[in-house]
Amino acid sequence: MAIVSRGFQGRRRPSDHRLPPGQYETRDFPVLSAGPTPRVDRDAWRFSVVTEGNERRSWTWSELMALPAEDRVVDLHCVTKWSKFDTPWRGVSLDLLLRDVDTEAEFALVHSYGGYTTNLPLKDLLDGQAWIAYRYDGRDLAPEHGGPARLLVPHLYLWKSAKWVRSLQLSARDEPGFWETAGYHDYGDPWREQRYQGD
Amino acid sequence: MARAAVSGRLGERLRWRVATLVGQRVETPAARTLVLDVPGWPGHLAGQHVDLRLTAEDGYSTQRSYSIASAPDGASLELTVQRVSEGEVSPYLAQDLLDGDLLELRGPVGGWFVWRPEQSEPILLVAGGSGIVPLMAMIRARRQLGVTTPFRLLYSVRTPEDRMYVDELQAPDPGLEVTFLYTRQVPEDWPRFPSRITEKDMAAVAWPPSMLATSYICGPTAFVEYAADLLVELGQPPDRIRTERFGPTGD
Amino acid sequence: MPEPAHHFQRSAHHFQHTPHPADPFADEPAVTDVQYDDAVDDDYEDGNALAGPLSELFAVDVVSAQGQCTGCGTTGPIAQLRVYGPGPGLVARCPVCGQVVLRVVRGTESAWLDLRGTVSLQFRLGADR
Repeated sequence: MAIVSRGFQGRRRPSDHRLPPGQYETRDFPVLSAGPTPRVDRDAWRFSVVTEGNERRSWTWSELMALPAEDRVVDLHCVTKWSKFDTPWRGVSLDLLLRDVDTEAEFALVHSYGGYTTNLPLKDLLDGQAWIAYRYDGRDLAPEHGGPARLLVPHLYLWKSAKWVRSLQLSARDEPGFWETAGYHDYGDPWREQRYQGD
Repeated sequence: MARAAVSGRLGERLRWRVATLVGQRVETPAARTLVLDVPGWPGHLAGQHVDLRLTAEDGYSTQRSYSIASAPDGASLELTVQRVSEGEVSPYLAQDLLDGDLLELRGPVGGWFVWRPEQSEPILLVAGGSGIVPLMAMIRARRQLGVTTPFRLLYSVRTPEDRMYVDELQAPDPGLEVTFLYTRQVPEDWPRFPSRITEKDMAAVAWPPSMLATSYICGPTAFVEYAADLLVELGQPPDRIRTERFGPTGD
Repeated sequence: MPEPAHHFQRSAHHFQHTPHPADPFADEPAVTDVQYDDAVDDDYEDGNALAGPLSELFAVDVVSAQGQCTGCGTTGPIAQLRVYGPGPGLVARCPVCGQVVLRVVRGTESAWLDLRGTVSLQFRLGADR
């Protein structure tokens, strides 16, 4: 049993919100990184969906901007135990991006500029649960938070919301991504506290 | 002896220990030295660090690494903590702790950024800000053991009041040469404008490559990268340069 | 003859994109539109910071062991890798080519260690080195 550090609060404040188990509220927006921050030129940026049959559908930055955007205010839950409430985002729903994609796949492996990957069930990207987000709090998404665009899947731990998103690879198999091959949970539901394999 | 004590750790998994704060010293307006009593402390090498674990009443817990500032001295251990204004842990350690408070700590750890008394080559120490702390442990270990290995210290700080250990560093210590660099504000009549470290500054303290000196650089990441590049450009073999980076701020 | 071992040191060139083995774009030319700005990015520590976490798993000091990057062949001590975090997941990358050399995840009841990015680890035996 750890000893309590008298008077130590950390960066947290008492929360009025409902917190998933083991989480603490923060008002900052901490940056976690697994490598250097890629700087992706919007002119060269592409977002692609590749099906299990290797059919590819790609969008340029201007094509993404031309699509109807949604504004959403969501809560974020990070595996490092902070949660941040009421974060405002703008992005394009994956329902829209995947609408004309012909697939029987059940899983998606998300690839990012810089080499990061993460896996999740395809159904968790649909039904108004996921976006390609490019604005945060009224501004263009900063590179350290995943700009120009990141995946936003707020009902799962934040490592699933891949920064610098580049493609979705659809597959019948669930293939573990960067953190999932090193012990993080394949699904990552914060309400069931699925942090690590076996949780 | 530190060496024997650390060897004794082989085969023993490192565990968390409870340390008691038994004293504090103000080093600068933003930095305090914490004097800890750690029963069973196995001793350490100059340059090693400890991990501190802080736990709030509701169970929230976080860890940070802090360099050891003191030479090995029984169960007594000193850490110097610089307060980082946006930091989560350093303001607590540098402002809120009271004598008698308990801290959880594990260590000593780190076997690479260390100076061992049996090293006979000349030593260059390069500190950026609170990067002085593990280098001070080396200076203190050298003095404690009475060895005569030549040491040079280049210590870069923002302003004169940011210097830690200033009285100790200005006291005579044969074979130790100390050079201060100021990046924002200099003392009166100082012959150099405030600026970050330059090749000229480094050339003035670097040992000739033929002397096979070892250089230790510690500080914020950007400082360490820059200082290490300068030393390589001056002909120091990269494998004689040892570095420790605190990250962007070091909280 | 093997190439002479180069000590890890900061490199002037930018990190390479290291594709995931299953990256559908792995067969395409290197991504030229991704830049890394060394002047801005100093948000990493170095392998010295792994000493505590790895001391939970090893009885010897791992950060002074010599590794060899499987990406570019550079050798050097684990202490000189670039470490990104914070925990529970720490990623240590080669300072020359950016490849992931080591990952360690500290879970509640388990820890995971991935060393696939190093050809081997060389430990000095004897004393505490």
